Amino acid sequence: MSVVIAKQLVKTYVSGDIRVEAIRGVDFSIEPSSFVSFIGPSGSGKTTLLNMIGCLDPPTSGYLQVAGQEITGLNREDAARFRGEYIGFIFQDFNLIPVLTVFENVEYPLQMVQEWPKQQRKKRVMELLDAVGMADQGSKYPSQISGGQKQRVAIARALVTNAQLVLADEPTANLDRETAGRIINLMKQMRDEFNTTFIFSTHDQRIVDSVEITFTLEDGILHRQETMLEGMAGGDDV
Amino acid sequence: MSNIFKLATRNLFRYKRRTLLTSMLITLGVVAVLLFISISGSFKALMVGQITDSMLGHIQIHKKGYLASIDSLPLNRNLSGKQLDKIIQVLSGEDGVEAYSMRIRLGAMFSNFTETTNIRLNAVTPTDEIKTAPLLTDRLLEGNKEGLIKQGEILIPELLAKGMKVKVGDAIVLVANNKDGSVNGQTFVVRGILEGISGPGGRDGVIHIDDAKSLLRIGTAEVSEVAIRLNDIDQLPTVFASLQKKLGSMKNKQGMPVFELHTWEKISPFFNIAKMIDLMTFFIKIMLVAIVLVSIMNVMVMAVYERINEIGTISAIGTLPNKILALFIVEGLLMGILGTTIGTVISLVSIAAMNVTQIRFDFGRQTGLLLSPTIGVADVVLVVAMVIAIAVIASLQPAWKASRMDPITALKHV
Repeated sequence: MSVVIAKQLVKTYVSGDIRVEAIRGVDFSIEPSSFVSFIGPSGSGKTTLLNMIGCLDPPTSGYLQVAGQEITGLNREDAARFRGEYIGFIFQDFNLIPVLTVFENVEYPLQMVQEWPKQQRKKRVMELLDAVGMADQGSKYPSQISGGQKQRVAIARALVTNAQLVLADEPTANLDRETAGRIINLMKQMRDEFNTTFIFSTHDQRIVDSVEITFTLEDGILHRQETMLEGMAGGDDV
Repeated sequence: MSNIFKLATRNLFRYKRRTLLTSMLITLGVVAVLLFISISGSFKALMVGQITDSMLGHIQIHKKGYLASIDSLPLNRNLSGKQLDKIIQVLSGEDGVEAYSMRIRLGAMFSNFTETTNIRLNAVTPTDEIKTAPLLTDRLLEGNKEGLIKQGEILIPELLAKGMKVKVGDAIVLVANNKDGSVNGQTFVVRGILEGISGPGGRDGVIHIDDAKSLLRIGTAEVSEVAIRLNDIDQLPTVFASLQKKLGSMKNKQGMPVFELHTWEKISPFFNIAKMIDLMTFFIKIMLVAIVLVSIMNVMVMAVYERINEIGTISAIGTLPNKILALFIVEGLLMGILGTTIGTVISLVSIAAMNVTQIRFDFGRQTGLLLSPTIGVADVVLVVAMVIAIAVIASLQPAWKASRMDPITALKHV
């Protein structure tokens, strides 16, 4: 069963007399454990689409199902609960909480969102920190680690709740080439290890080269779906 | 909840200087209020104590209409024997009454054999008067304090003693009119000089009640007023209400009230000063509220503004709006608790230090009054609770704003 199903999805922003149609009736579906990217020029609607999948922004119309649940009509609280339960986020600027240590940042969703017991929390956080190669940095604060390390912590935080879906908006934009490559590999490795679906909004060709499915968006319309199989590129019009 | 407290504490210490400055402001406000309450309360208690314990008592009972014409000390408005029996019966059954004293108040001519002047006198039964006004003997500047007064003796106010050049042991003559208008005179020996104090009766002389009866040729049980001392001044409203119900409601044959009852507050002008002190305390508390409200709100508004992106992040990863609300409220609460705790400690240490150093002050003609500031647990609890509550209220608006923030807008904020 698809982890994301979108049918005739529309997002329109209205500001006074101005109407902006950010997403104009797109249809797509994403299978579990896939590595997917949305690409397109600035203003094409990538981030808007990611925000809708992430339950941060409700669609204007259409049908959107994520992790087996229709999310179009969720209120503010239910949307927050849904995000905490099923979705992990990775941000361009890492967005770690500066007053918490690396360990505490990863622990945050378990403690403040899912309210796990302390012992289980500790075990799970250490498991994730170990998986992203940050087990020995747990007591450091975000200001004491590098950009690449911050993004590793952010990946651990996104995966710690056993999220079915990780949404990553330009996750490599603030990293140097070498670090970005390592982070992409890490995410792929995490996908393989935890069977989590990764969906990217990106301009980074290295991510595009590494994903299995690429959706191209232009002016809010989904133009192409490319499927990369073992380094071979194929394409279908959507 | 402990997670929220941990995170809130970390956030407060993120901006150490700002947190410290705001807490110091709250501390200063708390210190100012607690010290003002303790010092003004001490002054008020001292003055009220002096007035009630050395002169007025806590409650006075007169015949209806006496107080309106008290300037002329009318003898024809004295309480009769039958009325006194009723008063004694009621007072004996009243638990809050510690003691009472029956007094005849009169005006007389005072002569030292070379000069003559007017004097207002309180005629008392010494044993009852000592119980009702225990500090009266403390006002004796000269003379024997033991037993207050005997028949044939007089205590005279210090101003009169100075003006008439009369000393302890001197003989003087009192001449007074009785209620029928006939004049009588009697010789007295000056037993002591009384310190004058502010308020009604504060510059009256004192004689034995039997001397007053003989001077005024009163053959029956008859007094001008009954002064009452309570076990605890805090019981004043309760006991007064009870006495008012039992005595104030009594009517004569014409259907008019027989007695009038007054608390010391209605009789002494110092009550207005006491009310003024209470009013000032109230306004100082208002200022404290304003200080706490403005400073905490300012800090919390800044805290929310500076952390918009962070609010977006925690909201995106699933933190419920009520937890975000709680997080910011707890920050305000902790800042309030920090400032209040330090302020309370400084205040209590300062009060203790003032008591150790024994600060004295002058009030009117009274000099060297000892300032003994004290503060009740209830006052401390009230101020602490008020500051903490205001800190929470001040955090509400910024916290609400943070909790209602749209995560997408917040995440875009740089």
